[in-house]
Amino acid sequence: MTTAFTIESVRSAIADRTLTASALAEEFYTRIKQNDPEIGAFLTLSKERAAAKAAEIDKLAEAGNALPPLAGVPIAIKDVMVTRDVRTTAGSKILENFVPPYDSTAVARMEAAGAMVLGKLNCDEFAMGSSTENSAYHPVHNPRDKSRVPGGSSGGSAAAVAAGMAVATLGSDTGGSIRQPASFCGVVGLKPTYGRVSRYGLIAFASSLDHVGPFANTVKDAALVLRTIAGRDPMDSTSAPVPVPNYVSELETPVEGLRVGVAKEYFGEGLDPEVRTAVEAAIQKLAELGCEIVPVSLPHTEYAIPTYYIVATAEASSNLARYDGVRYGFRARNVRTLSDMYRLTRDGGFGMEVKRRIMLGTYVLSAGYYDAYYLKAQRVRTLLTRDFDEAFKKVDVIAAPTCPTPAFRLGEKVNDPLAMYLADIYTVTANLAGIPGISVPCGENREKLPIGLQLFGRHFDEATVLRVAHAYEHARR
Amino acid sequence: MKVTEKDVAYVADLANLELSADERVRMLNDLNSILDYIERLNELDTDKVAPMAQVSDRYGKDESRPGSERFAYATREDVRYGLRESLPHDVALKNAPETDGTFFVVPKVIER
Repeated sequence: MTTAFTIESVRSAIADRTLTASALAEEFYTRIKQNDPEIGAFLTLSKERAAAKAAEIDKLAEAGNALPPLAGVPIAIKDVMVTRDVRTTAGSKILENFVPPYDSTAVARMEAAGAMVLGKLNCDEFAMGSSTENSAYHPVHNPRDKSRVPGGSSGGSAAAVAAGMAVATLGSDTGGSIRQPASFCGVVGLKPTYGRVSRYGLIAFASSLDHVGPFANTVKDAALVLRTIAGRDPMDSTSAPVPVPNYVSELETPVEGLRVGVAKEYFGEGLDPEVRTAVEAAIQKLAELGCEIVPVSLPHTEYAIPTYYIVATAEASSNLARYDGVRYGFRARNVRTLSDMYRLTRDGGFGMEVKRRIMLGTYVLSAGYYDAYYLKAQRVRTLLTRDFDEAFKKVDVIAAPTCPTPAFRLGEKVNDPLAMYLADIYTVTANLAGIPGISVPCGENREKLPIGLQLFGRHFDEATVLRVAHAYEHARR
Repeated sequence: MKVTEKDVAYVADLANLELSADERVRMLNDLNSILDYIERLNELDTDKVAPMAQVSDRYGKDESRPGSERFAYATREDVRYGLRESLPHDVALKNAPETDGTFFVVPKVIER
């Protein structure tokens, strides 16, 4: 009954005039109205903006003009990316009424390509979390099992695609926040190489670990979005001056002969047996497609989580210092002094997880501890990256589970921050090393919960990662 | 316990967080268990390993040039409005909790 759209099916329907962008926008808002009360993916709807874009596209279609690549595609954006004149909260109360005066580069590029922004998506506060339970507004329910989390921090972005409320969405990934929710919700999620996509307009959590990336129903759609948003942006000095290949045209190239690495460190203790079975079957499928399966070792994997939690929280403590109630956002009232205003604003506006991470980050950067923690973590980061460099001398991609388990229940891990952190074990490494990683659905467990296969690639080699992911996706059908 | 109540108070001060009494107790426990876990990094000998602040040092950097010219890809001419116009004044003040039309207004800085 509910049509499953892809980027191409939308564009060709509009080009054929079998559908108008305006009708499509209406259809998606109806879906949101019907489904979102039970899911909670959206924080803000941007109906006027979507309607304006729809009208623009419809005019082009009527005139028989060439349509841009993402013409009429209904998308939504994680609320950590600013959208001009559309409220942007970062999932926090401290930005409850913040209306940005500019657009993120990634959003601007999507709109320039014809996409319609339906609204802003719920997430863990300031992207800190693995379940979206840290949203200051309300949690998101996994469309595949509403008693469970969609994952985080881009829970809304994953759920919106999984529930058919958007054809593609943008999320952000600092420690796994695109890949893990993609795995939990049974959709495709891609974290590109660091510097591949501009971070301009992404509300910063950890500047050396943050990435913008797409969620979609298919690998091809993810490739189409990546092609649209990738590329050097002068507004982000960390965005790389590396040319953007045509990810889509390379997608169908056969994967026979490619070498797929399997690292034992990703198949050890703590991995749910059903996840292991599904991922091993997926790797077997890659072998059947003609890939060579090569054992590799990433020996420093067990040190990734502690490294991540030092680097990420240290950077976060610095990035979140700007939320002081002076120029924008929530400000505590009835205060005596400026100092009180800062403290009570931040105390009143931030949730517990955010405060915890700011405290940890401040501690590890403080005098007397900087060398022992932060500098140490940066050295271990080099070791982790070297592990990948060594492995990629022998293989072209590395296959692994995305998460040790499928989606857990709402409330299950909220009281144990460390247990929550350990769920990121297979994803943080790619953020620390800056390499691309994709999660594609590879099966379900007995309870019909989705399981994700993760593929890592060399820096700026998203083309190979997408090719292998695409080949696998088609072999599964 | 590594972290003490005094440490929590000191760090909260640095981070400009007020923290209630309950929050301080929770924070003390959470920080200690997390830092405990982080200790394992000391198992690694990193004396001869260079620290990595960020990944992008690996590309775009032109090693053949001296000093900061190596990062030429990330720089531009030091020209006003070289990238784009600045935000107009009124737009910059639009989200301000309190403004007199020119400045952001805050409580007095100096305590008595």
